[in-house]
Amino acid sequence: MASITLAQGLNEGLRYAMTQDPKVVCLGEDVGKLGGVFRITDKLQTEFGEDRVFDSPLAESGIVGTSIGMAIYGLRPVAEMQFDGFTYPAFEQIVSHAAKYRMRSLGRVSLPLVIRIPYGGGIGAVEHHSESLEAYFTHTAGLKVVTPSTPSDAFSMIVQAINDPDPVVFLEPKRRYWVREDVELPVTDGMPFGRAAVRREGNEVTLISWGPCMRTCEEAAEEAASDGVSVELIDVRSLVPLDIDTILASVKKTGRAVVVHEAQITGGYGGEIAARIMEDDFLSLHAPVLRVAGYDMPYPPAKLEDIFLPDIDRVLDAVDKVLNY
Amino acid sequence: MRGVVDPASISTEMIQMLAPDGSFVGDGDFEIDLKEEDLRQIYRHMVLARRADQEGTNLQRQGELGVYTPLLGQEAAQVGSAYALSERDWIFPSYRELAVAMYRGIDPSSVMHLFRGTVHGGDWDAREHRFAYYSVPIATQMLHAVGFARAAQIEKSNIVAITYFGDGATSEGDFHEACNYGGVWKVPVVFFCQNNQYAISVPLSKQTAAPTISAKALGYGMPGYRVDGNDVLAVYAVARETIRRAREGGGPSLIEAVTFRRGPHSTADDPTRYRTKEELAAWEAKDPIARFQTYCKNEGVLDDDFIKSCDDEGAQIATNIRASIVGAGPRPAIDLFNNVYEEMPETLRREYKQYEEEQSAREGDE
Ligand SMILES: Cc1ncc(C[n+]2csc(CCOP(=O)(O)OP(=O)(O)O)c2C)c(N)n1
Repeated sequence: MASITLAQGLNEGLRYAMTQDPKVVCLGEDVGKLGGVFRITDKLQTEFGEDRVFDSPLAESGIVGTSIGMAIYGLRPVAEMQFDGFTYPAFEQIVSHAAKYRMRSLGRVSLPLVIRIPYGGGIGAVEHHSESLEAYFTHTAGLKVVTPSTPSDAFSMIVQAINDPDPVVFLEPKRRYWVREDVELPVTDGMPFGRAAVRREGNEVTLISWGPCMRTCEEAAEEAASDGVSVELIDVRSLVPLDIDTILASVKKTGRAVVVHEAQITGGYGGEIAARIMEDDFLSLHAPVLRVAGYDMPYPPAKLEDIFLPDIDRVLDAVDKVLNY
Repeated sequence: MRGVVDPASISTEMIQMLAPDGSFVGDGDFEIDLKEEDLRQIYRHMVLARRADQEGTNLQRQGELGVYTPLLGQEAAQVGSAYALSERDWIFPSYRELAVAMYRGIDPSSVMHLFRGTVHGGDWDAREHRFAYYSVPIATQMLHAVGFARAAQIEKSNIVAITYFGDGATSEGDFHEACNYGGVWKVPVVFFCQNNQYAISVPLSKQTAAPTISAKALGYGMPGYRVDGNDVLAVYAVARETIRRAREGGGPSLIEAVTFRRGPHSTADDPTRYRTKEELAAWEAKDPIARFQTYCKNEGVLDDDFIKSCDDEGAQIATNIRASIVGAGPRPAIDLFNNVYEEMPETLRREYKQYEEEQSAREGDE
């Protein structure tokens, strides 16, 4: 057992995948000598050489576009976007090619590539460094979209993402990079890819979240428990594919659901989950599904990010509302 | 050989007026029209920028700024180019152009507030200072400069746009698009690249295989200049020529100012991971301010009183920045809701109402 951070879980997972499969390569801005601005690729270049871990020129469309080419050849590229807000130049390659290649080749060519993106706020960063872009990708059929919230998941999910035959947008909740967990490496008993985890069992309200907001939800569930309210907490882990069965089973039990994410509320993925619960099991619901999310504004400057990010009070307010509906 | 462009034939020499030791070497192709007072002002602006920049780093180290991107070592590139502009010309910066901002009369605290996280973009009036907001997404501002220059061309206003970017930026698609549009439309724009050798940890050799950045200009049908970016006179001379040509309808130019970022990329960066002490020392020996000071002293343009008055003014600016930044709280949250659209949509109004209710509930709890 070793105490590792989520960032180290990713680093160890990449190392493991690269050792297992010589076709895995890592590329991106500053991923080589520097080991990435968050050190997720730390020391990998020294260990695996410059043909396996290399700096790209400063161009995100290039990073993803060339990764697509490498995947067509038969490599398994792991492309790093330095920050969420700098993914946009790669948008065309992701949406027009990564997501569509399987369909356009009638299933003949799949693209096993991983696009790693540190995302979300809460670290006091300057503008463009705190964006939650999951909905852009969940809206784009053909991409898998996953996000770990614990160090052990970080390890097993990055390995699974690399082994997956489809393009995976791998969202790394950067404010959780430094959370710790005692982990036995390598993690080989992780949950299957695409599955949600019930992090806490309860029977009155289902709280649904992922990555960045898991901590807030854990604390809210704890506080609710001390007020005698039993909250079941689901870590979605995989937005696409969505483990809807785990969510519905929970809602059948509790009859109430609150979805929490820090992305702006309009068009956020919470709306998708809420709609599916309502469509699939309306009669189990005692209250409308509520969303706690960022406001419909550009992510605010650091000094105001606390008003934007869902906090325990806002989550508990929603829990209260569905209980007292 | 006929039909062949050979990268080896490209000149990698730099235009230079002052040697690193401050002696005047001149360059017959360029004239300098600066008066003694101009030389003093150029010196002054470099000194003030360096002091304000230092204060940015200090404040970050003391936890008052979230992050800061120092310009140390790039004062000549910035002041020399800005000094060649006329007042109505517009500037489209990246995120390191504090010296240019100050030259345009922007209070450096307004820039620091971006790094403190009290505002985005920057707390100044872009139109008043003809200085657009800082642009963090690499190379994106270059297209704005081209569009602005196209508008100036359409309106025959005689205004030139200059845009600043780094060596790393030349890899982005937006760099190519901006240069190409600029060339095709033949607009009054100057592309000013501060080649400070690194994009965070990535050295220029991994950014481009071109012999020089200035050589890229050829592909867009514009002239490219490679100038000693630590030589403020040479930068000024080159900028002046390109700005004048742009104003006269001669189209865009690309300037590569060869310099060095002596600080970290940002205060979050650890440059010891990717560059050597020797490399840094070699560039410290080419300091732009020391070089220019020696020259001006030799010319009898600078005396100790003036040097001291610049240092004192710099100290005062640092004090003012500190006073504005230390402890500065957030702006009112309503500003955020108000500035998404001209008119707040109904759904956002409801979000604001909910926010207010939650706030007052919290205050009630306390
Ligand atoms: C589109 C985009 N990608 C990545 C980044 C992250 N980033 C910030 S600065 C930087 C390096 C920029 O280097 P350069 O253009 O040479 O300018 P310098 O910082 O040296 O002034 C990178 C990769 C960004 N800001 N924008």
